[in-house]
Amino acid sequence: MSLNGWLQITLFITLTLLLAKPMGLYMARVFEGRRTWLDPVLVPCERLLYRFTGVNPSEEMSWIGYCIAMLVFTAATMVLTYVIQRLQFYLPFNPQHLPGVAPALALNTAVSFSTNTNWQAYTPESTMSYLTQMLGLATHNFWSAATGIALAIAFIRGIARREMKTLGNFWVDLTRATLWILLPLSIVLALVYTSQGVIDNLKPYTMATLVQPMTVTSTGADGKTTTSTVTTQTIAQGPTASQESIKELGTNGGGFFNANSAHPFENPTPLTNFLEMLSMFLIPAGLVVTLGKMVGSPKHGWAVLACMTILWFLGVFTCYWAESQPNPLYHNVDQSNSYMLQSGGNMEGKEVRFGITGSALFATVTTDSSTGAVNSTHDSFMPLGGLVPMVNILLGEVIFGGVGSGLYGMIVFIIISVFIAGLMVGRTPEYLGKKIEAFDVKMAMLFLLIFPLVILGFSAVSLLMPNLGLSSLSNHGPHGLSEILYAYASAAGNNGSAFAGLNANTNWYNYSLAVTMFFGRFMMIVPMLAIAGNLAGKKITPETAGTFPVTTPTFTVLLLSVIIIVGALTFFPALSLGPILEHLLLHAGHAF
Amino acid sequence: MKKTLITSVLYTTVTAILLGVAYPMLILGLDHLLFPHQADGSLITRNGKVIGSRLIGQAFSGDLYFHSRPSAAGNGYDATASGGSNLGATSSALITRIDASVAAERIGNAPVPVDLVTASGSGLDPDISPAAAYYQAPRVAQARHLPVADVNRLIEDHITQRLFGLLGEPHVNVLELNLALDGLSKR
Repeated sequence: MSLNGWLQITLFITLTLLLAKPMGLYMARVFEGRRTWLDPVLVPCERLLYRFTGVNPSEEMSWIGYCIAMLVFTAATMVLTYVIQRLQFYLPFNPQHLPGVAPALALNTAVSFSTNTNWQAYTPESTMSYLTQMLGLATHNFWSAATGIALAIAFIRGIARREMKTLGNFWVDLTRATLWILLPLSIVLALVYTSQGVIDNLKPYTMATLVQPMTVTSTGADGKTTTSTVTTQTIAQGPTASQESIKELGTNGGGFFNANSAHPFENPTPLTNFLEMLSMFLIPAGLVVTLGKMVGSPKHGWAVLACMTILWFLGVFTCYWAESQPNPLYHNVDQSNSYMLQSGGNMEGKEVRFGITGSALFATVTTDSSTGAVNSTHDSFMPLGGLVPMVNILLGEVIFGGVGSGLYGMIVFIIISVFIAGLMVGRTPEYLGKKIEAFDVKMAMLFLLIFPLVILGFSAVSLLMPNLGLSSLSNHGPHGLSEILYAYASAAGNNGSAFAGLNANTNWYNYSLAVTMFFGRFMMIVPMLAIAGNLAGKKITPETAGTFPVTTPTFTVLLLSVIIIVGALTFFPALSLGPILEHLLLHAGHAF
Repeated sequence: MKKTLITSVLYTTVTAILLGVAYPMLILGLDHLLFPHQADGSLITRNGKVIGSRLIGQAFSGDLYFHSRPSAAGNGYDATASGGSNLGATSSALITRIDASVAAERIGNAPVPVDLVTASGSGLDPDISPAAAYYQAPRVAQARHLPVADVNRLIEDHITQRLFGLLGEPHVNVLELNLALDGLSKR
């Protein structure tokens, strides 16, 4: 760890928190339908869109109506992406003549992108045509992110409204999230990225003549080794910049290239790296301020933001520390840190331009938010360094979290927290004037239980089936367990990052992970919306001396404890057999 | 329900055209107007031939050139198959590979800088650390019959420092350094 590293980390969180307020207040304006400076351009576009699609913007929806509209819309977008992938060979913008995508993989990818997961069981540059990337995948980066924001806004309305049956209009929220928030920011960021070197073209792949021909030794299927000389390098191209900006902004994370944000064409400089990290937290942090603003308790927003910041810090501290450590199994390797010469530490799977700090911070941020973009391979992290991204996901991705999903996940934890506080003092719990009753707590618990159920259930099944589950592993010993656990955690948390040594492009993993992603998104949204609908119908109970305040440091600490205790109780046994055991064995000198 | 279905299909179609065609085409147009070189991949040409991209690493071997980092992309620096080794810290395959790299890169008794024997996440890392560049200077200087001081000066000129003295880590672009080295030898 170095002073310079900590300065970078400090600058990052300072800017995140400084931007949260203007961003959050702007979003509150957008969803309360108040005037913004973009109105002269966007209001006509909005009206036109409603006319084309038959949306009545003044229609209000109940939680069930809102939920159905969201589900049907997502299904429609999923079908579109599946069809484009299957037919890409016959469609334009395919200069490499890539064939149609296989059914299992196409299904997995369609589910993955529409659930905001962006899990990728394929190598994009050799699988997806430019059209598929633009029309089939990048579109989902907007849709799934806008859906997440809309759902969070609906939940906030559920808390803010009194004695009402409705939560707003899904189509209006979706449209406003896209046009007012995601699209303008994406355009600006895409241009900045290209100025730094992120590519953006529709050309066929470039053939470059190597400066020095390369000798390649490969082992064929018959076991014979052949040596050949390679004189050219084929450089993959594509419309990357437009997808890169929304990838982080919408906490999607699906890379244009297999290496994701480690690829120099996606993330060429430390500046792009910093902006990508900042844009992952921008909307989730802003939404917490939006919550405070729309429910009329800005202090509550800051208390929640404080809890998120503390959890973020615990993660980044552990990850940065672990990755700065030398690997005791390396010999005659200089792993020390030097300010002028090298970042040192565990450089396997990391880029020189980002070093340990830029990689550890990125890994923390991408798993706190539900992004899943990676600028280093999490699989090659030190055991405790890799534990951090995994724990961030397993805590439910509420540390800032995905756009929208982070906030509504956090509100569920808040409901559990005030419920526990209510139990301790023996009175009916209240949250911002709304009584929290049996129905709300049941739904909140359902939300919390589905998550570990799918992760641990599918992991266990994979471990018990050598031909389906274990044959995909590329690492053995406790690290193999980590790879499988990470895959299902990432899918259920709609994160999409991976311990990528696991070969997930098999029928078993494609289908089981698709089911996991589906459950992790929609089986959690339904109980969440049910709570929102139920809260909207309640009266406001006046605050009394016995009300547990949700604006104080005490509340922050309680919320923090609930998140950590729920996470630890659920996942500690599995984690102790994976990364924790691996850490102990590494320092005892074991390799597998 | 039927109305929701119709709206969903229409909404998907219209926004797919807006977000999947109009938006990327707008960015594509603006990028080619403002940053055509970067948008096309920061390609380097010599004698009218494309010899690579300054952002995409290439493999170098022998004593005459500075070596890039080991690469797990395809057979090494395959820019159509980016990716890392994905081997964990306790993987014996990783330890074996690192030992082999150490044996190949080691000069004298000094330990090898870690980035020179570890594979990057992209497999296409165009950079090495200044430590890894200085480490190779004596070998390159000897093979090219150049004074080590000249080679060190060349490295110094090619170090990209932290942005604003703060962001990222100092790094040296291997392809650009080697091209400059060829220029130095010719003079």
